[in-house]
Amino acid sequence: MRAFSQLLDGLVYTRSRNGKLDLIASYMRQAPDPDRGWALAALTGNLDLKAVKASAIGAMIRDRTDPVLFEMSRDYVGDLAETVALLWPKAENQPEEMDDGSLSLSAIVDRLHAVSRASAPATLAQMMDHLDASGRFALLKLATGGLRVGISARLAKTGFAQAFNLDVDEVEECWHALTPPYAALFAWAEGKTARPDPAGTPFFRPFMLAHPLEADGVDLTDYAAEWKWDGIRIQIVGTGRETRLYSRAGDDITATFPDIAQAFTAHAVLDGELLVKGEFQGGEAASFNALQQRLGRKAVTAKMMDDYPAFVRLYDMLIDADEDLRSLPWEQRRARLEATMPTLDPHRFDLSALIETPDFESLANIRAGARDAAIEGVMLKRRDSPYVAGRKAALWYKWKRDPLIADCVMMYAQRGHGKRSSFYSDYTFGCWTEEGELLPVGKAYSGFTDEELKWLDRFVRGNTVNRFGPVREVEKSLVLEVAFDSIHESKRHKSGLAMRFPRIARIRRDKPAHEADTVEGLKRLVI
Amino acid sequence: MLWNQPVRSTFSLKAMAHWIEPHPTGIYVRPADAWIDPSVPQQRALVTHGHADHARGGHGHVWATQETLAIMALRYGTASGTAVAYGEEIRMGGVTISYVPAGHVLGSAQILLSHAGERVVVTGDYKRRPDPTCKPFEPVPCDIFVTEATFGLPVFRHPDTGSEVDRLLAALHANPDRCVLVGAYALGKAQRLIMELRGRGHHDPIRIHGALERMCALYADFGIDLGDLRPATGLPSKEMRGSIVVSPPSALNDRWSRRLPDPITAMASGWMRVRQRARQRNVELPLVISDHDDWDELTDTIREVAPSETWITHGREEALLHWCMTHQMRARALALVDREDEDEG
Repeated sequence: MRAFSQLLDGLVYTRSRNGKLDLIASYMRQAPDPDRGWALAALTGNLDLKAVKASAIGAMIRDRTDPVLFEMSRDYVGDLAETVALLWPKAENQPEEMDDGSLSLSAIVDRLHAVSRASAPATLAQMMDHLDASGRFALLKLATGGLRVGISARLAKTGFAQAFNLDVDEVEECWHALTPPYAALFAWAEGKTARPDPAGTPFFRPFMLAHPLEADGVDLTDYAAEWKWDGIRIQIVGTGRETRLYSRAGDDITATFPDIAQAFTAHAVLDGELLVKGEFQGGEAASFNALQQRLGRKAVTAKMMDDYPAFVRLYDMLIDADEDLRSLPWEQRRARLEATMPTLDPHRFDLSALIETPDFESLANIRAGARDAAIEGVMLKRRDSPYVAGRKAALWYKWKRDPLIADCVMMYAQRGHGKRSSFYSDYTFGCWTEEGELLPVGKAYSGFTDEELKWLDRFVRGNTVNRFGPVREVEKSLVLEVAFDSIHESKRHKSGLAMRFPRIARIRRDKPAHEADTVEGLKRLVI
Repeated sequence: MLWNQPVRSTFSLKAMAHWIEPHPTGIYVRPADAWIDPSVPQQRALVTHGHADHARGGHGHVWATQETLAIMALRYGTASGTAVAYGEEIRMGGVTISYVPAGHVLGSAQILLSHAGERVVVTGDYKRRPDPTCKPFEPVPCDIFVTEATFGLPVFRHPDTGSEVDRLLAALHANPDRCVLVGAYALGKAQRLIMELRGRGHHDPIRIHGALERMCALYADFGIDLGDLRPATGLPSKEMRGSIVVSPPSALNDRWSRRLPDPITAMASGWMRVRQRARQRNVELPLVISDHDDWDELTDTIREVAPSETWITHGREEALLHWCMTHQMRARALALVDREDEDEG
């Protein structure tokens, strides 16, 4: 257990993505089977144990220690599992604070699989006596069914792939053919057997992505134009028996959008944009802001699905029944997609329309005139492009709508993370009300150069008027030109506004603060 | 006026040792007309050790160990003081006073006061673990034992110091292209950490932040050989790869650390036992090394000293008070102000 508990501690404290990947990779290389398989299952959220209830853990600790001291400790520490892990008084004859090595991760998983509600406290207590504080913490997190070490399933798989010099997308392709503790996966990773066959399972295929358009234009005889919708990119994978939904990072989001998954019964893999529309949204595809109500939820209520009904605007077709279309030119895939549309539920699936226009100049005009809340810009796709993973030059371009611009006043600053942990790099900025008060309208931590960051950091330190923990309030004198993709109504800020993708476009040292924009002015940009 | 201070008690108190009075700003020894660790300037101050929450500037006259006086002189400029050696007895208005090692930092002392047939020990801050930079804590039998409770919750159980230092060295050796930056309180923790590293066979030059230089020199003057210490300034970043750098905790995430080669941020403190505390400070390598007793040591010490009454000055006093009560020991919590510096510990 010690190797696994040290891995979890490392993942909690390490900030950098590469650092986390190195930790996972090194564990996957060194840990024995089947421990590492169970660890991979735990890190990817695929370890399905009979979850022990928090109340069982409370009962277990009260049995061992003074309940008053336990409550005081819990008040201080916050987290139940951590409190119990730290507080746990060992049985009399046990050495202090040591993982005695008698319990492997797989032995623990086996016992947790077998545990009943009645036997849980005694089984847990017996195991706790053999572990150190880190081990006890890991055990309690496994037993209650949530590691919460701040990594995604995709990152865990990437770390695994790194350990054995594999391509993570190859791992992804066979993932759904596997069950914990993944003996077949490790055998393949170490070159002992062929790759597990994913046929018939709803696995994720890596997305094709676009480069920003930097050239002056493209020839529309070579490129097709379509709208870039402002939702989240989604892949629908149906085997005819089962449907899975994947986000751009490859995370399985089926549980968040059961309305979509249930409506899709085809045997196909499609690429599209997940959006919401309904009465609330005036019947049209709504802005990203509305979709946000549905994101990041493990379970979704009927009311949520009613108020924010999800649908998918389809872009592409990767697989049609057993036929892989990815090597075909875009035009042919598009034709196959169009032919499939009549078989799909029209309430849940529609086709992303092409923009029919003769030349690039007229396209530019159409793009400039687009006011739809759900449009983020224009996509340009080479008509003969195959569907290839990642960003390949000159195949697909994204041409985002020109950003909106506002002059705002810096109000608060906070330190960044990792390499920026010594810099005040996160800025909250505001605009003026009619009464002459500054109200926060957004927060940005990008857009500036390293030199500008140094200057901004000096400004914050030299103009601090108040400190609230890690936050500094600054003299309201610096105007920041903020670029953003769109602006929406929101309850998050007192101004009632929230910007999408705000970034610092320029530092306006020349502009007096009272000439910055007003909240009223920003409200007129809401779409 | 005797018990009119905001004190909480587990038992109704008989007027025990009524010649010593807890006040929010310190402990007043009436017959000696002197204050112990007063937080506001007083004419006559008995000071346990040099940390700022115990030793303030501006007192009329200070009685403390020679080491503590030197530390106060360094921090507050020259103050008039009388050095009291460990074990030496001084008389003050009918009170016999002596200073007993507390094991907390260089020069730290418990103050033993005897008067009217009663003995009172005021510990200041203390720890029971071995510390190569100061004399070990000596338990003194007494009627009233005045203790701190910085880590007075059973979640605080400090692991073995040697294994924590080994984790630091392992991280250093596993990352030859980086350095390990350790945040350690400038008085006591920094020097102890350096000595613990030397004790584990690490004799390479250790780089120190400018704010540590004078205190390390003071330790050296008192015969504590910290080995090869060099300033962490004025060097190209890459020449500090593979080095241990020690700074005050406040410099860990500050501009100062930008000069270092991709530092692994560590911190040596008893607070590092709690994950969220380490995360809040962006600490990647939390080292649980404390200059205070952990829970087991606090309770063991109270058992060993076996006073008629325990007074708890600062920290998590509620929990320790509860423990005393459930173990049939007489105890009360004093409400002293301005104690406990978050970076210390």
